[in-house]
Amino acid sequence: MSLAVLAPRIGPRLALSRDDLLMRGGLVALIGVLLLIVGLPLWALLAKGFQDGDGHYVGLANYISYFSTPALFNSALNSLHVAAVCTAIVVPVAFLYAYALTRAVLPAKWLFQGISLIPIFAPSLLPGLALIYLFGNQGFFKGLIGGSIYGFDGIVIAQVFYCLPHATMILVTALATADARLYEAADALGASKLRVFFTVTLPGAKYGLISAALVVFTLVITDFGIAKVIGGNFNVLATDVYKQVIGQQNFSMGAVVGMVLLAPAALAFVVDHLVQRKQVALLTARAVPLIAKPKFGRDLFFTLFCTIVAAGILAILGMAAWGSLIKYWPYNLSLTLANYEFANFDSNGWNSYWNSLEMALGAAVFGTTLMFVGAWLNEKTKGFGAVRSAVQLLAFLPMAVPGIVLGLGYIFFFNAPNNPLNFLYATMGILVINTMAHFYTVGHLTATTALKQIDPEFESVSASLKVPIWRTFGRVTVPICLPAVLDIAIYLFVNAMTTVSSVIFLYAPDTKLASVAAVNIEETGATAAAAALCLVIVATSATVKALHLLADRFLLGRLQAWRRR
Amino acid sequence: MTNYLEVRNLSKRFGDFSALGDISLDIAEGEFVCFLGPSGCGKTTLLRAIAGLDPQTSGTIRQKGRDVSGLPPAQRDFGIVFQSYALFPNLTVTDNVGYGLVSRRQGRAQIEKRVIELLALVGLPDSGSKYPAQLSGGQQQRVALARALATSPGLLLLDEPLSALDARVRLRLRHEIKALQRTLGVTTIMVTHDQEEALTMADRIVVMNHGAIEQVGSPQEIYRQPATAFVADFVGSMNFLSGTLEAPERVKIGGRAFACPAQDGLAVGTAVRLSIRPEDVRVRDLPADIANRVEVDVAELDFVGAFCRATLKVLGEGDVALVADFSSNLIRDLGVAIGSRLDIALPPDRVRVYAA
Repeated sequence: MSLAVLAPRIGPRLALSRDDLLMRGGLVALIGVLLLIVGLPLWALLAKGFQDGDGHYVGLANYISYFSTPALFNSALNSLHVAAVCTAIVVPVAFLYAYALTRAVLPAKWLFQGISLIPIFAPSLLPGLALIYLFGNQGFFKGLIGGSIYGFDGIVIAQVFYCLPHATMILVTALATADARLYEAADALGASKLRVFFTVTLPGAKYGLISAALVVFTLVITDFGIAKVIGGNFNVLATDVYKQVIGQQNFSMGAVVGMVLLAPAALAFVVDHLVQRKQVALLTARAVPLIAKPKFGRDLFFTLFCTIVAAGILAILGMAAWGSLIKYWPYNLSLTLANYEFANFDSNGWNSYWNSLEMALGAAVFGTTLMFVGAWLNEKTKGFGAVRSAVQLLAFLPMAVPGIVLGLGYIFFFNAPNNPLNFLYATMGILVINTMAHFYTVGHLTATTALKQIDPEFESVSASLKVPIWRTFGRVTVPICLPAVLDIAIYLFVNAMTTVSSVIFLYAPDTKLASVAAVNIEETGATAAAAALCLVIVATSATVKALHLLADRFLLGRLQAWRRR
Repeated sequence: MTNYLEVRNLSKRFGDFSALGDISLDIAEGEFVCFLGPSGCGKTTLLRAIAGLDPQTSGTIRQKGRDVSGLPPAQRDFGIVFQSYALFPNLTVTDNVGYGLVSRRQGRAQIEKRVIELLALVGLPDSGSKYPAQLSGGQQQRVALARALATSPGLLLLDEPLSALDARVRLRLRHEIKALQRTLGVTTIMVTHDQEEALTMADRIVVMNHGAIEQVGSPQEIYRQPATAFVADFVGSMNFLSGTLEAPERVKIGGRAFACPAQDGLAVGTAVRLSIRPEDVRVRDLPADIANRVEVDVAELDFVGAFCRATLKVLGEGDVALVADFSSNLIRDLGVAIGSRLDIALPPDRVRVYAA
């Protein structure tokens, strides 16, 4: 009673409708799920770093031992070095490529666009394998390079291949959103081409450039597959985690290396987030889109440039493909399909591929459902601010967490004997859950963006018509957002097919995935079979993506006649 | 007349900002009320509080005698039309209009009959199978109206329903909505920033500013007897001349005294503003003894179409100027041109005085 007297009168609060209760309940459940699949595993990892092998608290002892062991600490420096060099190479190349795609007139532009995307469909170890064929101990062009491809140089070349599509996509988006009127105004004011580039083009793409640089930096520093295949004795953080955990069974030190790996990735994420917040919409509804006009010299230069880059990408893919078809490199170059008989190289044989398909389908179906419904609950629930902020934070967290770190957290959390969810350990379920968690952020953001684009008053109208909100969700919201839902599903499928890092700790003998099997096969020295398995993955994810594009074009066009005017 | 809607001491705060301050208002059954004011005046906030979409911080709302202050929107009785229409783009016009009927467990045939009836009512009998994107803005607005009326709500809320439309369509829809409202007799609240819309459509206008009600009255009252300088300025055009209240019925402006209606509320000696509408300035046939006669020079003459708006400088008073609307006839008859000297009068019964 006394409290009521003391508290300032806030006035009548609305009674909660059934919709409100339902949605709040949903949000609480979502928080629970996100805590289980993201928050608690990371917490378990953090805690592990402060324990010795028997689980006793040892304070900072592990960290002190890490930083005072030069062999370990050097890996951190190596990681930063590689990431910095790759960023410095990839961003300018990607910028020129994106500039060519958006601001020049290229012959067969769609082809250049398509080729630049190929690396996305491949597990990261594929370029490593191709480099081994080209420059490895028995490589074709071994003589051309002074030293060994295994190490710094090999990692950088493979990473450039692997990161290029990510940077190019970001920069194409940044450069595509240009207002032609700005260029006309600059022309009318008599500005030189160079001045226009530095005063209009570059500032317009500034945020895209920063974002691309941070994404490449994070991808390189967190990638595991490339360093594993072609790193040789050049140690980086991601391979150190693997060595500590799988090689030496030193889980505490693995956790410490994981935390060290988390730091730069999280920092890059936070910086990107802060920078993007400053960005204001450059393209207003009244902007006139810029359409490139033919110009011989410029177009010739960019066509040549794109041809060289595309040839490089195709060469790496083609090398892996050719290698996978060769009998006995480099002594017997006759062609064979024997390397695709995976049973001869790995006890799982083709089963690992079927496992990958099952896992990717599971992640796509369950992940898309969770991400879309979750984003919807978070967007449309009224009030409940603290809980919604918590959901937002947990949904963003996975983006900042390297896969190998998340995977390690999963071991500590789900394998703990006292965890009631222990039964999930070493099942297909945990692989699906881990993949959903690992790629949660992009799906959540895609869904949120799509939901923000539809009229916020749909729910108000439904309430005034006494229609339950879930009905409007099913009848209006989901159909309108169908393209975004498909995007999320395909994104999850492709990433589930290609990911190596987070699942490498989590598979059981009967749930081994194709990408992991490729790593294992490569470890035994059967490079050709590893390349063959990688190519099967590329073919699968590229086919699914192509089907998606076709569906987008034809099926959605028919299903969604209402979009036409 | 019984009050259909009673709003009492309604306040809405966003942190330190007071969006609505202590609003009390009664609306009778079957009335068409407009909330009129500039953007940010709180009119939409008040409408959304009445709907329960953005609940008030304090205060009560009673609808048909029932306290709905704490009820979520789904438990209140209203239909709403938004500026964006908020039509479901993936559903046909028929499905949009029938959207609220389907969940009421009515038979399919019954729903179909009602939808046909509603589409005829809003003048779109043949558009049932189309999608919203295939309709013009005005047609979409009618579908939104039909959807809001489908469940026969006791209260119809219109949030700037016409402002996204072009001028010609807006004019036509004004009349249609008003006629429809009269036929159905549904109590209606419309939010608008367009004074002409409010004047032509409303039975009563609630003029709002800075989260408070400035005046409630019929369109004629609002226009003829604006209660505050804000209302006088916001609705229609108005001249304001700064001066001092010299006596209860006399305002001194510069060196001249002007007669005005007796001011009981204002102390003699206070700074005031004398106001008169441009169309109330008299020029023709001025009797010799007419009050408030002044000699002016025509400084500017702006052609507006049906009439000319003249800027007049009061002779011998330096910067005292006012505008007046002159018909084309008057300009021709009196030969008015820039530089002409005229005798005008500010009829005391048309003059209003506000504290400065």
